[in-house]
Amino acid sequence: MQRTVQYEPAEKKILVSTKEKKPFRYKSTVKFILLVLGALVMVYPLLWMLSSSFKPNTIIFRELGLYPSEWTLENYTNGWQGTSGFTFTTFFKNSFIVVGLSIVGVVFSSSLAAYAFARLKFSFQKVLFAIMFGSIMLPHHVVLIPQYIFFNNLGWVDTFLPLIAPKFLATDAFFIFLMVQFIRGIPKELDEAAVVDGCGHIQIFGRIILPLMLPAIVTSAIFTFIWTWNDFFSQFIYLSNPKLWTVTLALRGFLDSMGESMWGAMFAMSILSLVPIFIFFIAFQKMLIEGIATTGIK
Amino acid sequence: MLLKFWDKNKIALLFLTPWLIGITALGIVPMMASLYLSFTEYDMFKAPTWVGLENYKELFIADDRFTQSMKVTFQYVFIGVPLQLIMAFCLALFLNTGVKGISGFRAIYYVPSLLGPSLAIAILWRQIFGMDGIVNKFLALFGITPNSWISDPETTLYTLIILLVWQFGSPMVIFLAGLKQIPKDLYEAASIDGAGPFTRLFKITIPMLSPIIFFNLVMQLIGAFQAFTPAYIIGGQTGGPLDSTLFYTLYLYIKAFTEFQMGYASAMAWILLIIIATFTGILFAVSKKWVHYES
Repeated sequence: MQRTVQYEPAEKKILVSTKEKKPFRYKSTVKFILLVLGALVMVYPLLWMLSSSFKPNTIIFRELGLYPSEWTLENYTNGWQGTSGFTFTTFFKNSFIVVGLSIVGVVFSSSLAAYAFARLKFSFQKVLFAIMFGSIMLPHHVVLIPQYIFFNNLGWVDTFLPLIAPKFLATDAFFIFLMVQFIRGIPKELDEAAVVDGCGHIQIFGRIILPLMLPAIVTSAIFTFIWTWNDFFSQFIYLSNPKLWTVTLALRGFLDSMGESMWGAMFAMSILSLVPIFIFFIAFQKMLIEGIATTGIK
Repeated sequence: MLLKFWDKNKIALLFLTPWLIGITALGIVPMMASLYLSFTEYDMFKAPTWVGLENYKELFIADDRFTQSMKVTFQYVFIGVPLQLIMAFCLALFLNTGVKGISGFRAIYYVPSLLGPSLAIAILWRQIFGMDGIVNKFLALFGITPNSWISDPETTLYTLIILLVWQFGSPMVIFLAGLKQIPKDLYEAASIDGAGPFTRLFKITIPMLSPIIFFNLVMQLIGAFQAFTPAYIIGGQTGGPLDSTLFYTLYLYIKAFTEFQMGYASAMAWILLIIIATFTGILFAVSKKWVHYES
């Protein structure tokens, strides 16, 4: 598995385009237009939702166009009032708590396990690695019910614990694998030099490997953020008290309680629920795309 | 002996403890427990009672909704995933022909993959394919009579398939990265030998990309079998209309968490595991014939 995406050097591109300039210009313009049209079709639903969130309820479904003939912010102010007695302030706070602690948990537990698999020698190493790798592909449903019963017996249902505790126990083995691959690419000479200087494994991990594997940590954090933020199923089965609802759950509650009468507010809150992921995407776009390209995660 | 074992492994144990607890308490033990529960009747209030193969028998012989959920899920997976990957592949090929602003297009086409799994998008989908939705508004421009795509059992599943295909961005990004790794001189050599674009596609690009095609196929298949959120929202929380969006995981959820038939649902979970393992196994077995790894 290679870690860097190789882009064509810029000079080469220029060379090609000057050489074949005349016959290709027409063709590349057509291509460009086709791609722009394709992109428009792709993002049209999203843009339509964005523009609808600024339209009064009465005109949302009359207009196919993107530019609102009448502007309003009412959808946002009404929507923010929330549902079941709590506002979206609560729901966003809850989402950020769950997501934040999940990231801490994933980074902590996965980096420790990855160091062991990549750098240490221990009994049953191959078997344990195979189990770890196999667990990536395991459908979650096969452990879902006993886990639910277990958390229920602990009295953890309707707390954030069933969502967060597993992250501290490295249950998303995918991130271990990602980090193992990364650590294997760090030259061993660095560790050996540290051993000569009298460092133990804890120091090697903390002072050498951890700082060097920052890109893998950031990638894991980004994906944990996106997955946890988008997650619906586990939050749905573990959190029924509206006080603990995340943004995702609040949207569902919203959909339930007001039927289909207030689409404007529904769209406004849907847009807000997508904003954090979108900001993350803009901020980390390059790392994210490289992360997908090299590891194949979504 | 024991002391030696301890000495050899104590450092590793220090690093592995969180994972070891996790994989045991939240992985292996629950997996065995759900296998056991699948042979019982269990409602979480009374102790489980052993019923042998009853759950499995009922699922395959008597439960029409289960058959329906299998049918719907297979259609979703075996129509949606190939379509999605073909889209991803074609777009990647197209983008790789030296288009201006490739990174911009790559980012835009990726956005639906990023936002697609969220509940907000499922809600949006329900709206745009509804009677008043923009799809009908758009079709009306061409004089096509409106239809409520989400409440017509004939078409609901296709709105879900479109939602899946719409998210072709992430496999596309993976394909693009793969295309960049194919050595240019292969194409140059082939051109000198007089190979046309189709020969180059089938003799160079597809074989060279086959490990990535295979990888995408496996990952998307596993993911699609477990889809839940879009069916839950678009099917109005019950897999409607007429069970036309009753995805496997949705039916499993209904059995476990609304009817509290934990034993029955556990049997369903194991059948799902076996289905996924079988198809992944078949893909791996067939892959020897067409996936080309560089040695």
